[in-house]
Amino acid sequence: MRSLKLVTAVAAALALAACATQPTGTTSSLPAHPGVKYGKAMSDLDADAWNIDIRTSDGRGLPPGSGSVADGKRIYDQRCVACHGPDAKGGSVYGSMVGGFDTMKTDKRVLTPGSMYPYAPILFDYIRRAMPMDSPQSLKDNEVYALSAYILNLNGLVPANAVMDARSLAAVQMPNRNAFVVDDRPDTKAVRCMRDCIK
Amino acid sequence: MARRSLPVSTGDLTSASPPTEAEFQPLSRDRRSFLRKSVAMAGGALATGAAGISVAQAQALTVPETNKAMGRPIPANEYGMPSEFEAHVRRRRTDVLVNKQNFSDWSMTPLQHQHGIVTPNGVVFERHHAGVPDIDPAKHKLVIHGMVKKPLQYTMNDILRYPSVSRFHFLECSGNTLTDWVRNASTTVQQSHGLLSCAQWTGIPLSWLLDEAGLEEGAKWLLVEGADGSGHIRSIPIEKALDDALLVYGQNGEMLRPEQGYPLRALMPGWEGNTSVKWLRRIKVSDQPWHFRSETARYTDPLPGGKWRQFSMLMECKSVITRPSGGMNLPGPGLIEIQGFAWSGRGRITAVDVTLDGGRNWQEATLEEPVMDKCLTRFRLRWNWDGKPAKIASRAVDSTGYVQPTVQEIGAYRGLYPGFVQHHNGVFPWSVSANGEVKNAIA
Repeated sequence: MRSLKLVTAVAAALALAACATQPTGTTSSLPAHPGVKYGKAMSDLDADAWNIDIRTSDGRGLPPGSGSVADGKRIYDQRCVACHGPDAKGGSVYGSMVGGFDTMKTDKRVLTPGSMYPYAPILFDYIRRAMPMDSPQSLKDNEVYALSAYILNLNGLVPANAVMDARSLAAVQMPNRNAFVVDDRPDTKAVRCMRDCIK
Repeated sequence: MARRSLPVSTGDLTSASPPTEAEFQPLSRDRRSFLRKSVAMAGGALATGAAGISVAQAQALTVPETNKAMGRPIPANEYGMPSEFEAHVRRRRTDVLVNKQNFSDWSMTPLQHQHGIVTPNGVVFERHHAGVPDIDPAKHKLVIHGMVKKPLQYTMNDILRYPSVSRFHFLECSGNTLTDWVRNASTTVQQSHGLLSCAQWTGIPLSWLLDEAGLEEGAKWLLVEGADGSGHIRSIPIEKALDDALLVYGQNGEMLRPEQGYPLRALMPGWEGNTSVKWLRRIKVSDQPWHFRSETARYTDPLPGGKWRQFSMLMECKSVITRPSGGMNLPGPGLIEIQGFAWSGRGRITAVDVTLDGGRNWQEATLEEPVMDKCLTRFRLRWNWDGKPAKIASRAVDSTGYVQPTVQEIGAYRGLYPGFVQHHNGVFPWSVSANGEVKNAIA
């Protein structure tokens, strides 16, 4: 028992020392690499079917293909309208996907792809990986481009004759492109008052 | 009935049924539950006696039936379940912000019934974006590629061959408590704070596999992606990946439950739950973050002036009193042990203060060992309640010196609307009325 206690005390002291030098409170006490390697080498081609992420700030990873607003409306009315409603204004399950750009400085922020996507390729990345909810990853790339075009058109961000592809989608300027700031917490400055704290 | 032992989970406090039709059982249909509640009330009265306010007359004891019969035999094999008398201790969907579907949805941990700091696996909170996949571990693969010298593929057998590491850490959804910024929306602490759990996680450091693949010069971020129907995905800074991030397959001594990411999940200690991506299938290294939908339209925090705080993944120091808490009834004046949890994504909890008068005066509570890094910490304070209305709350301090703020203090820096606002770590008061009713008093 004593040796166990001693070990615990030493571990606690080490943890304290780690905290003293690292104010973000890292554990950093994870064991070192055991020197064995069990991973199997592969080529990037082997991961092709899984490699669906888009770097949305510049569209890196967007595949070949294209789709028009008109095609997007046709696909939307078949695959999306049941949950999201006509013209993406909100339906049986989800709220509106249109507008809200001018609500950001108010207490009634309306969160839509138009207002909350700083980069248009987020539409492609998200629709392809997750939509429609009951059969994700079933849409072809051309269909995903078309749906992206349609949602952007409903938000007034591309014209009705627009065709989206890797280049044009990444070039769309989203209204809240510069609205996002990196985490700067801690922001609050609470103090540990113990007596007569309510003035 | 007398032979039944008291429901120890509620002790001398009776817990009201959560206010939804789904769980409410008409008395005629469930007489046993009604009787059980009566026993609990009687238990409350006895406990008051024990506290020394008045000594009730005990009844003469009879030999219980359980002493006079054999119990249940041991079956050839089974997975043991809690007592039938604990059937009220359930994970439950929110009663406040009810989604119209239950695939991208959440269920909440009954913190008011949790003893100690470990959350039992069956009631660990859930948050999924497209339901729970059932994955055959024999077919599951993990891939590491992108800005690495050697792209690698692992089977679960590969991952299980490594030496393992176990760590206790809390897991909290960034949306925990979001219904209760400016109104008393939740009745119970399960509803207000139940997107919080704590477990012992077992797996390997993420840094080991990154070492093996070999990070290329300029590698700054990586993505973690799930094998679920939402392909849930987040960008993680490389510093976190190389610091304390884990790839885990074990939870509280057994393999992960399907709803917790079986057979493999990421675990980002102290960070918002959705960064600990479940059903982990892919890690890709890059020089920049991806700005996924889950990093702009969701999991961001509104600031005054139309800005949104992004990549706010750390869960700041927070605490809440779980006993007594909303929906409970105090049996009467006398000794009440105030119990609660405190935790911080920045490190250890160093102190918890409790107020009994709505924040005017505070006193330091006792922290119960073990007190661990980025882990739920139990605090206790003995309170001799005089039977007058009171407003109780806790306030935690962590090892960086950060003091848990009030909602008003948070509101000075952030937008608290439109009602889907994340990262509520405000001090959370409960009111106690003269007749012992405990209610949400955040607003």
